[in-house]
Amino acid sequence: MSRLTTIARRSFLIGSAVAVGGTVFGVYKYQQPHPNPLLNELPEGASAITPYVRIDAQGVTIITPRAEMGQGIHTTLAALVAEELDVAWDSIRVEHGAPGAAYYNRALLQEGVPFASLDHSRMAEGMRGTMGVLAKFMGIQGTGGSSSVPDAFDKMRVAGAAARFALIAAAAERLGVNAATLKTADGAVIASDGKRLPYTELALAAAKVQLPDNPPLKPREHWRYLGKNMPRVDMVGKCTGEATFGIDVRLPGMVFATVRMNPAIGAPIKGFEATAAKAMKGVLQVVALPGGVGVIADNTWRAFQAAQAIQCDWSGPVHGATTAVFMEAIDASFVDKHQDSRIRNDGDVTKPLPATKMLEAQYRVPFLAHATMEPMNAVAWLQEDRLDIWTGTQAPTVARDQAAALAGLDSSKVFVHTQLMGGGFGRRAESDYVLQAVHLAKAMKGKPVKLTWDRKEDMTQDQYRPAAVGRMRGATSEATVQLLDVHVASPSVLESQGGRLGIAMPGPDKLIAEGTYDQPYGIPNYRATGYRTPALLPIASWRSVGNSYNGFFMECFMDELATQAGTDPMKLRLSLINHESSRKVLMAVAEMSNWDKPLPKGRGRGVAFHLSFGVPTAEVVEVSITKDGVRIDQVFVAADVGTALDPRNIESQLQSGVIFGLSAAMFGEITFVNGAVEQTNFHQYEAVRMGQSPKIHVRVLEGGGPIRGVGEPGTPPAAPALANAIFNATGQRIRELPLRKHIGFA
Amino acid sequence: MKLIVNGKTHDLNIEPEMPLLWALRDEMNLPGTKYGCGMALCGACTVLVDGVPVRSCATPVGTISGAVTTIEGLGNPDALHTVQTAWIEHQVAQCGYCQSGQIMSAVALLHRFKSPTDAEIDAAMSGNLCRCGAYPRIRAAIQDAAKRLNGVAA
Repeated sequence: MSRLTTIARRSFLIGSAVAVGGTVFGVYKYQQPHPNPLLNELPEGASAITPYVRIDAQGVTIITPRAEMGQGIHTTLAALVAEELDVAWDSIRVEHGAPGAAYYNRALLQEGVPFASLDHSRMAEGMRGTMGVLAKFMGIQGTGGSSSVPDAFDKMRVAGAAARFALIAAAAERLGVNAATLKTADGAVIASDGKRLPYTELALAAAKVQLPDNPPLKPREHWRYLGKNMPRVDMVGKCTGEATFGIDVRLPGMVFATVRMNPAIGAPIKGFEATAAKAMKGVLQVVALPGGVGVIADNTWRAFQAAQAIQCDWSGPVHGATTAVFMEAIDASFVDKHQDSRIRNDGDVTKPLPATKMLEAQYRVPFLAHATMEPMNAVAWLQEDRLDIWTGTQAPTVARDQAAALAGLDSSKVFVHTQLMGGGFGRRAESDYVLQAVHLAKAMKGKPVKLTWDRKEDMTQDQYRPAAVGRMRGATSEATVQLLDVHVASPSVLESQGGRLGIAMPGPDKLIAEGTYDQPYGIPNYRATGYRTPALLPIASWRSVGNSYNGFFMECFMDELATQAGTDPMKLRLSLINHESSRKVLMAVAEMSNWDKPLPKGRGRGVAFHLSFGVPTAEVVEVSITKDGVRIDQVFVAADVGTALDPRNIESQLQSGVIFGLSAAMFGEITFVNGAVEQTNFHQYEAVRMGQSPKIHVRVLEGGGPIRGVGEPGTPPAAPALANAIFNATGQRIRELPLRKHIGFA
Repeated sequence: MKLIVNGKTHDLNIEPEMPLLWALRDEMNLPGTKYGCGMALCGACTVLVDGVPVRSCATPVGTISGAVTTIEGLGNPDALHTVQTAWIEHQVAQCGYCQSGQIMSAVALLHRFKSPTDAEIDAAMSGNLCRCGAYPRIRAAIQDAAKRLNGVAA
């Protein structure tokens, strides 16, 4: 295992977890539990038995401290607690809760270790254990990396069970009976004589009970909520307009603001002339910001109008100027000096192989925007000695601490009220918009200020998914693959995110190469090398991160190897994969799509397999070639999540991942001129719409492995499965995204 | 100027060129209608004016002569519109931000077509972008709502 010595020699980075990190505390901290943040602002008569359960006279509130950005996480996390606490589903309330170190995300950090998720060697597990400890030191509260379910699966069930234990103990004391004689049902303790003591009446006494460390958890066969299709807790609000997103927050005396930043990303502003803007109806203030200008008005549209009326004297670009310059920098980084990681190096890819045929290919993907439906926004209200922030954020502790620094307040005086998010996809792990709102609030002290970006600002001031290039070498013989040598170059997301947090990031960034070194292909000579392009401009996590491009490189090339080897691409993958549940997802899509039955002329199908975030996922895309261009008819998806907590929600997440991946594959591209993004709105940054949306058939497998999250794994196989289907239907091999640059879509 | 929204008359002292969207959201405090693009490209802001779907982000409030219906006026949790019932039944929403606009477009579609075909659904709904990709369930919910409105058991 040459891999192990490599790791021992190097201090590896911890993956995307650090990107939403916080302060590292001393080792002594580990033994102490984090304070329960619910105790800070607990109203009279309410009780917080664990950081996840608050009970007051109105009933039970479950704190679900992961960002609800569409993935249904509030429902699944609430179900974990409710299952063990034994409360009626329609009686619970669910809240994001205040940020707190108690809500640290262990799984996010653990999956950041530079091992394949299938690697359960002592070294890999040891490092994951260390990361779990480190996660607790750092008190990271973050949502990302498809980590919420694996992180919460035990933790939140234990929270529910511990709270139930305490409520029973309180009831036993009140009734003077042995706790073993008591049962619970739908939010009440039930005595042996049938007497019913509601949790609401026991909560204050229960809060004084010493909690057990390891309360017994229900076996799966007794689950009522888990494993079932639960009605989402946010569904009715989202279908009636009553759900409050960050952009909808309204407070008494609130004023409305927008910003206009230098289109050359990150460049300063030399000065501005705002006389005309200040004279416009409703305008209250024009505020100088680092790199731009803000307008505060009595109406969002008036703020938009005034911002456009300001004459800005922008400085020139600081991050290079054009797409071509950026792509040249990436192409130039395939050299030893920029080699960043080589986490897999099986066999010897440098030795000549007799009786094999070599193949080389280069793949490219562009920069991408997140383009959430809800543009970035935040409400900030600065009063004498406190700052309140209402916003959608995947990283509330980071937002809180950075806002505190900017406002000159202690973090304990900053209160982040996390709101529902109209999409996240990684964009809301950043805090730039929150800090802008704080700047504006400082200029408007005493009044709540709502900052709303217009769509142009949102699209042109994103922190983008970086472009990347894959250089692939392979060798085939006798219908199999003897050699796979992957080289991938991209700027480092982790380095960019770390820079914004003021954290230096030593060592390699596994995100550059994730999805290359960790695939369960038993190829005798298999090497994966990541190259780090020196920083170009701010970049960020984007749904599935490095997997979003490496899935395309790997799985299109696998198709090319199948063609060269003269074998069926499904059969080739099945013969190479040495991991049982990965084989099963492939066999599932083969069966679902009738893979062995040929399609008529003018149609085609392609397959892709990708393992990300521990979830083996296979997709088959079927296309027709029509007079208007390529039409995607159907997609078949199978994924193994270990244990499926909410099958209907998992289905929608996989469908969502497919459409997100297809949108990027077909249309997505951000380009730069003079350091500025050229795409300003959805007419230039298109995505799949109803008329292009295929039928998507989903099968969820439960292979019995560790429980996994599915917000991201559906995305990486979509692009290669589509490109492979186009090749199958037309013979045209497209190695660059977006595909529309090479072929039209109906 | 006077504007009838969800059956209630509002007396507004605003510029006629202000988009209806911002009059609804900031002046009338009806935030259910969402801002997405400001250029009638994404459909998140869709409302009905006399039953016809209108992109409120690109429609000056001064040009509105009919009665406006927003998501808040369509139904509420205690008295859902049939389309909302179908949406909830099919658990359509993910992030949910586009859904007010999707539902308003679907209501207008079902006014025009009692049993819309897939092509009619595509044509009527392709102006409404959903970055979560909830389209398969939107389509199923529309077909289900059509059955419910036609008195066929769902």
